[in-house]
Amino acid sequence: MATVAPSRIRTGRAAEVWLLLLAVALGVGGYALVGLNTGDALPEDFGRYALILAGVAVVLHLVVRWRARYADPLLVPLVLALNGIGLAIIHRIDIGMTARGIPFAAGPRQLMWTALGAVLAAAVIIALRDHRTLRRYTFTAMVAGLVLLVLPMTPGLGVNRNGAQLWIEVGPLSFQPAEIAKILLAIFFAGYLVTNRDVLTLAGPKILGLQLPRVRDLGPLLLAWAVAIGVLVVERDLGTSLLFFGLFVAMLYVATERASWIIIGLLMFAAGALLAVNLFPHVADRFDIWLNALDSDIYNREFGGSGQLVRGLFGLALGGLMGAGWGEGFPHLTTHANSDFIVSALGEELGLTGLIAILLIYLVLAQRGLRMAIGVRDGFGKLLASGLAFTLAFQCFVVVGGVTRLIPLTGLTMPFMAAGGSSLVANWIIIGLLVRISDSSRRPAAEGGGEVVGAETARIALSTQNEGTGKGPDGAARPRRRGGTSAAVYDTADDVPRVPANDAHDQDDDDDQHTEVVERP
Amino acid sequence: MSELIVTLLRLGYLALIWLLVLSAIAVLRRDVFGTRVLARGSVLTGSKPRPSAQQRPASARGSQTPTRLRVTAGPLSGTTLQLGGSAVLIGRAPGSTLVLEDDYCSARHARIFPDQGRWWVEDLGSRNGTYLGSTRVHEAVPVETGSPIRIGQTIIELQR
Repeated sequence: MATVAPSRIRTGRAAEVWLLLLAVALGVGGYALVGLNTGDALPEDFGRYALILAGVAVVLHLVVRWRARYADPLLVPLVLALNGIGLAIIHRIDIGMTARGIPFAAGPRQLMWTALGAVLAAAVIIALRDHRTLRRYTFTAMVAGLVLLVLPMTPGLGVNRNGAQLWIEVGPLSFQPAEIAKILLAIFFAGYLVTNRDVLTLAGPKILGLQLPRVRDLGPLLLAWAVAIGVLVVERDLGTSLLFFGLFVAMLYVATERASWIIIGLLMFAAGALLAVNLFPHVADRFDIWLNALDSDIYNREFGGSGQLVRGLFGLALGGLMGAGWGEGFPHLTTHANSDFIVSALGEELGLTGLIAILLIYLVLAQRGLRMAIGVRDGFGKLLASGLAFTLAFQCFVVVGGVTRLIPLTGLTMPFMAAGGSSLVANWIIIGLLVRISDSSRRPAAEGGGEVVGAETARIALSTQNEGTGKGPDGAARPRRRGGTSAAVYDTADDVPRVPANDAHDQDDDDDQHTEVVERP
Repeated sequence: MSELIVTLLRLGYLALIWLLVLSAIAVLRRDVFGTRVLARGSVLTGSKPRPSAQQRPASARGSQTPTRLRVTAGPLSGTTLQLGGSAVLIGRAPGSTLVLEDDYCSARHARIFPDQGRWWVEDLGSRNGTYLGSTRVHEAVPVETGSPIRIGQTIIELQR
């Protein structure tokens, strides 16, 4: 018989410093190269830019050291690198557009949003001591999320841009509330599914070897579908609608482990999307562009033509294997090159080599999210982490897929890169949450991360250093008296955070994470 | 700037991105192999994680200090627990460190805890009592390595 034992625990803070250095170097280097290659001098606000990027790195590192010592060392550096590269390319497109005679200054604004996003992420890490607190706000999150989702539909507040009704405008500020709704709904789905997944796992009829759920349990899925289709119809945005429905189906799958939910979900969405194509010309155009991008009448169509998409593809072709180099391509010829088509702009300047590296960074980020979901001990944290990681990965897939013509083009943003404050801020908040969850996922049991589970006789789940089993709601291990009176014993037992009964099986799933020795004859 | 420098900077930038990616993957790789599977028996010597700062004083006592608790008789016979710096609660209650499903065992039956460099056993008012050797335990009494503690049908020993 073999035993599973964890290796020595590393906090990873030293690795984080090294990665942060690289990340800042990438952002600053890209920015400097844009200036050097386009104007033979450093950009004029280079100092401010370098200072803000380095400041973000230092502040976040210190906050993580202070409040989330065991947090994943990859999250912050990778995100900072993406954000820095994004800022450099946005600045590069500003220069290109200005040279074309269209004054453009998205760069400084994006820099401000970056600083704001990082501050909010730090605030999340500091203020939220334990991600499980969020579970209390399950239904508040649902209501707030749905309100934000429908906010752009309110007349007077909502604004229609490029055919999609996704923005609200208050005075000079405009915001995409769906980005924040994404986080709130992930919290709601996690809280809802962790309590209700047992029912949703119940088996129904078996058709073609596929275990279907019971018909009466389809309610929540139908509701999510209706909301997603409602968003598609009223806000005319395939991307947001796809994201919400995909998030729900993915979390449902994670919660229930039933592939049938995914198949049912995909079929339902396909049916809804097909209906939308037939009913709305705006959506139909997107399909047309996707399927026949290179037709000359579609390319030359005045509105809803494929010019943007095809120019993006031309840009990718110009980039080739090694890229044109910062400031050497023509990404500014594509419409919305700094938001929807930032991927093709990057492909043009950095080439396939650079673009694959960037996609790998996203891949690693998503992997970290799923890994921490495996490691974290509570069901809510698992679902929330996997849901948030899923949104990041899914957005990348939808954007890159759209730009490369794998799927129809939609209005989602490339996380951390695309110009646009709402998306950047929302994604930084997601990183704050993931840092918090990863801290409790990687924290060794001795410091309060583990809980003693002992319902089964056959398996004694123990943590040898169950010193810190009493992990209070504030997430800090409380000091425990040693060898005190028997009152302290009752204290020990009662203070073990009571996990709801339906969490029990996932406690068992990762017993090997925090059980040092379980030896059975 | 000369063409050569521009090209070198361009390639250097790509190298830098890949350095970040590969460094990230190196960090990730450590995590993939985060647990080690050990053959039975090597567990006690091989898998013990580095004790954290506050536990070191507790575990750095003399060589007579027991390091594990072994169930030698009863339904759980053969089970071992690694002893750390904290008390082990024994009983039928699911929250106990060692959960005994024994009809003669109370919900919170006994406690084994370290104090003043030794391990002590204490009965927590159980119905059927805790025995150290052949004497019934009431107040906390020190436990020597190897002496049997009987709880219901279960016998526990501390071992080095």
